[in-house]
Formats: sequence, C-alpha cells, structure tokens
Amino acid sequence: MRIDLEPRGAPSRMLEILAPVAAFAVALLIGGLVVWLLGKSPVRAFQVYFVEPLTQGWSLQEIAVKAAPLALIATGLAFCFRANVWNIGAEGQFIVGGAIGGWIGLLTHGGAGQGVLGSWWILPAMLIAGALAGAAYAMIPALLRVRLGVSEILTSLMLVYVAELWLDYMVRGPWKDPKGFNFPVTVTFDSSATLPLLVEGGRLHAGVLLALVAVAVATVIFARSLFGFEVRLVGAAPRAARFAGFSEKRLAVAVLAISGAAAGLAGIAEVSGQIGQLQTSISPGYGFTAIIVAFLGRLSPPGILVAALVLALTYIGGEGAQIALKLPLDMTKAFQGVLLMCVLAADVFTRYRVRIVTGGRA
Amino acid sequence: MNPDILQLVLFTIVTAATPLLIAAIGELVVERAGVLNLGVEGMMIVGAAVGFAAGYASNSILVGALAGMAAGMALSLLFALLVVGLATNQVASGLALTIFGLGVSGLAGAGFVGLKREAASHLFIPGLSDLPFVGKLIFGHDFFVYGGLGLTAAAWWFLTRTRAGLTLRAIGDNHVSAHSLGLPVRRYRVLAILFGGACAGLAGAYLSLAYTPFWTPGMTAGRGWIALALVVFSSWRPWRALAGALLFGGATTLQLHAQAAGGFRVPAQFMSALPYIVTILALIVLSVWDRRGTTAPAALGKPFVPDR
Repeated sequence: MRIDLEPRGAPSRMLEILAPVAAFAVALLIGGLVVWLLGKSPVRAFQVYFVEPLTQGWSLQEIAVKAAPLALIATGLAFCFRANVWNIGAEGQFIVGGAIGGWIGLLTHGGAGQGVLGSWWILPAMLIAGALAGAAYAMIPALLRVRLGVSEILTSLMLVYVAELWLDYMVRGPWKDPKGFNFPVTVTFDSSATLPLLVEGGRLHAGVLLALVAVAVATVIFARSLFGFEVRLVGAAPRAARFAGFSEKRLAVAVLAISGAAAGLAGIAEVSGQIGQLQTSISPGYGFTAIIVAFLGRLSPPGILVAALVLALTYIGGEGAQIALKLPLDMTKAFQGVLLMCVLAADVFTRYRVRIVTGGRA
Repeated sequence: MNPDILQLVLFTIVTAATPLLIAAIGELVVERAGVLNLGVEGMMIVGAAVGFAAGYASNSILVGALAGMAAGMALSLLFALLVVGLATNQVASGLALTIFGLGVSGLAGAGFVGLKREAASHLFIPGLSDLPFVGKLIFGHDFFVYGGLGLTAAAWWFLTRTRAGLTLRAIGDNHVSAHSLGLPVRRYRVLAILFGGACAGLAGAYLSLAYTPFWTPGMTAGRGWIALALVVFSSWRPWRALAGALLFGGATTLQLHAQAAGGFRVPAQFMSALPYIVTILALIVLSVWDRRGTTAPAALGKPFVPDR
C-alpha cells in the first residue's frame, strides 16, 4: 500500500476554509472514540466540552479571558512560522514578560517610588516592560541563530525550563510576600497595577482588547505592508526573497522579536488582569497551545482569533469534564495533540490530491 | 574527593546518561535518514508510562521495557504516516506528537501514580564486580546501560559499515537523487522513524523502571529535548553522542549531588536549570568549534513528495 500525492493547481479558497473545519470534526470523532473506550458517553462528553461552556455568561467571559493570551501569542508566532523560524519557546517568553512586567507592580506596591508622577504610568510601563522583556528573551535564540547558526528550535525550548525555574526562585525568594504566611506568592498588585475589568464584577479584563488590537494590526501588516510581504516571501520562496534583496537574518531577528513581544505582552496581561500577583506558575501551557492555535488558524490573524476561541473552549470544557464526567485533564492535552495532527494532515489535502494505492511497489 | 564518593558520582553519571544516549541514538538514525522528529519527548514519556504500567502488571522488567518500546513505536507510526505519507511539516508534526504524548502518558499512567516497584537488577559477576573502584563502575550496571552501549555500537556499524546504512545516509542527504536511483526513500524513512520510536520508548521505560523507579506525570522533564540537542552536538555520529550523553548526564548529576551535599550556596532552582543551560552552551561551543559549516544531513527536515 502507498499514498500518492498529486499537486493541485491553485488551492481553492473553499478548501482552505473547509480543511481546518474538517480537521476539527475528525479530531472530535477520535476524541469521542477515546471517551467511549474509557466507558463514558461521547455525546455527554461533547455537551460538557463544547456546548455547556457556551450557555452561561460566566463561562463565556472565561473563554474570552483564556482565548486572549492564546490569540496574542499565536499572532506573534504566525510571523515566525510563516518566515520558517521555529520559535517554540513562547511559553518562556510569556513567563519572562509576566515576571518583569509584574516586577514593576511589585516595586510600586503601596505607593512606593511614585513621587510627583502619581500612578497613571504604572500600567503602561508594566505592559511595555512585559513586551520588551519577552522580546529580549527571544533575542537569545535569535542571535544564536543568526550569529552562530544554532537551531532556534532547541535553544528557545530549553529557555522555557530556565524561565520556569527562574520565576519559581524569584517568587519563593526575593519577591515573596513577607506577610504571606510563607506561601510562594508575591503581594497582590495595587489597583493601579491591575488591568481594569470590562464587566462589573465579571472576569473579562482589558487584556482581551489588547489581543483584539494585536490581531487587527497583524492582519493589516500581513495584507498591506512590505514587511508582511517579506515575511510571506521568505517563508514561501527563500531563493526569490534573496534575489529581491531581503535579508533572511534580519528577518529572523525581527519575527523572533515580534513573537517574543507578543508572548511577553500576553504574559503581563495575564499576570496583571487575571492573576493579580506573581505565583510560581503563571501559565497553563498557553505558549505551547498557541502553537496549535497558530496552525489551526492557518497562520492568518483572523483565523487565529477563531482558533483561539475553540481551544479556549477545550480548556473550560476540560475543567467541566473533569468535574462532571471524571475525565482527566490530560484528555484535553491529548485532544489538542490529535487536533494539531488532523490540522496538519488536512492542510495536505488542500495542496494535493491524495490517493491511496493498494498493491504495487512503493 | 574520597574515592568512594567519586565512584558514586561516576556511577550516577552513567545512569543519568543512559536514557539520553538511547533516545539520542534512535533520533540520530532518524535524522540521518533526513527526518527531524521533534516528538522524542512525547514518545519517551509514553514509553515511561506504558513501560511502568506493563512492568507493574506483569511484574517483569523485560515486559515493561518491551511495552515501552512498542508504545514509542506506535506513536512514531502516527508521525511516519503524517510526515512520510502525507509530507506534512516535520517541525509542527513533531510538536503535535510531543503534546499528544504528554496527554496520553497522563491517561495511561493515571492508575499507577504513587506505586513503586523494584528497580531493574544490576549485573553482578563474582570477582569482577567486586574489584575496587572500577568493579561496580564497569560490571555493576543494569542491563539498560549495556543495552545503550550496544545500541551505540550497532548504530555506528550499521551507518558506516553496511550497504543499508549507506543507502539510509544517501536518502538523508538528497532524497530526490536517491528516489531517481530507485531507492525506496519512503520505506527507509518509515523504518528509521519506527526505530527512533522504539529507542525513545525504551529510554522512557528506563526512567520509570530503573532510574527512579516509579511513574510520575511529566517525569521526562525535557530529556527528550536534551536528546535532540545531543544529536546536533554529536554531529550525527554515534560515538560522539556517547561522549555528549556522559557530559549532559554529568550536568544532571552535578545538580543532584550539589543539592545533596549542600556545600554550594546556590539556590536549588539554579542547579535544576543547569542541564538546560549546559545544553545551550554545548550547542554554542559546538558551532564555534565547527567553523567548517554544518554537518547536518542535507535533506534534514525537508518534506519529500515523490514525482511519478
């Protein structure tokens, strides 16, 4: 048996939209099969995962709050992946951005260091510091790649572990709340260091708007700017890009800086808007899930927004399923992996006619 | 340092190096065939979970190790279907495999958290294993360690001394030419990927059956990724992978002993970060040394669609 791939002429718009939808449907079927094998009802599981979170106000807000960091990180990653730069350490850049941005919140706690300026500058400074810190952290794999030819895949990933351990140390050590009964957490931020809520008494915070703005800006950059064209060209046809005089190295640094900044911004928005203090762990793996979001959204910002909502739904649904059906949380992770595989496979069907030939030599 | 402690340190370096070596040798063969499988971490952790589960249920280390290998192979088959069958992006497919593997390992190992079983038995040759200092170091390990060494030798022999190995390397360097010559590119790659999966699964089973020996979620702690770095560090040569594994194993061990001894005034988290930092430094040093340019297989990571 062998699989034959025949290139299609021009990929149709229809197929490009249908492919991720079909991939999601196949992933659902596989997930349902696993749930059935675990002795639970797949129909009930589907309801808990994908329907119930959509029926209540608080869970809708929760979806938006979880989709925001995913969309923000994935939008940054779209620049990298389109340019064939493989930043898989967004999780680390998220953590460093959240920690350094949060640090400003700690320094200014209780009115310290504000003087005549007042407190209006604290939030913007935190956001900028978070984005810059994320970008700076992404510069390590960027410079190692362009100066020394070290693969950014491995270095960016190794730096995730380093960032996690560093945050753990800071929160247990120098940044620990002295009055916190020895819990490994910092003080709670003042309101001047907390992103405002959009709904009174709800969970929806201004970080969600940041994500929407980022998606809009990225859409324009990809569609309308020379830089966006450069990113697409270097990824799709590196030789042509060289002839056009685009520098691959400069671009690699630029896209890593963008994705690092986006991840860092997502980190500080999460810390300031959602958590309200620094803890030993500030991310349920957003940096890795965002990779799936980027591909499910076909590396285009509007698609990423939809994909982020879908994956945020699996997070909320996963928590619900754990309570209602006693399905372990790992189920969500396994499903996300299956989903990414299905998305990648579906992508092939948009570019090739796939025929399975039985018999004959490979 | 007194010789007993030195012997203990060297002994633990070897045990810490073994899972890295086994996984790296598997990935080395895969990459020599021109395929980059970033799913090592995922295959390894599923190997650890399934290996422990099977070892616990059957009360046999051998069954556990075989089950771990089979689990790693099952995952790598999925990967082969994607990247060889459908020519998907290898980086993204490998990441998908790792994410999937981390989830599946949690499901497979859920019932076995907190259970413990006896570690794999160690070789004992009366007389030889009792030799002072070197006895335990050379003749006193469990069979995984000797298996890892044998695997290294076998991979070296296969890649450099057999016709099939030559074919595999040719495919990894230029799949289009190899295809034109009538070499079965895709068949070689699928087999190489399966071999890599078996090795990663075995490396994981070693962790949960001999190294710790129990199962905890996330217990591979990035070792799969370090094994991937090790392949680059080795310049795709098996014996250099052995040297690299001992170096990386040394970094892990240093961390453990420094924490136990407490002599250093360095926070535990910094010591835990050491293996990852050493990995990055090793990649830097290698690239500074190897100014002649990369020794990577030329077709590494490129999708292959055969023309008819």
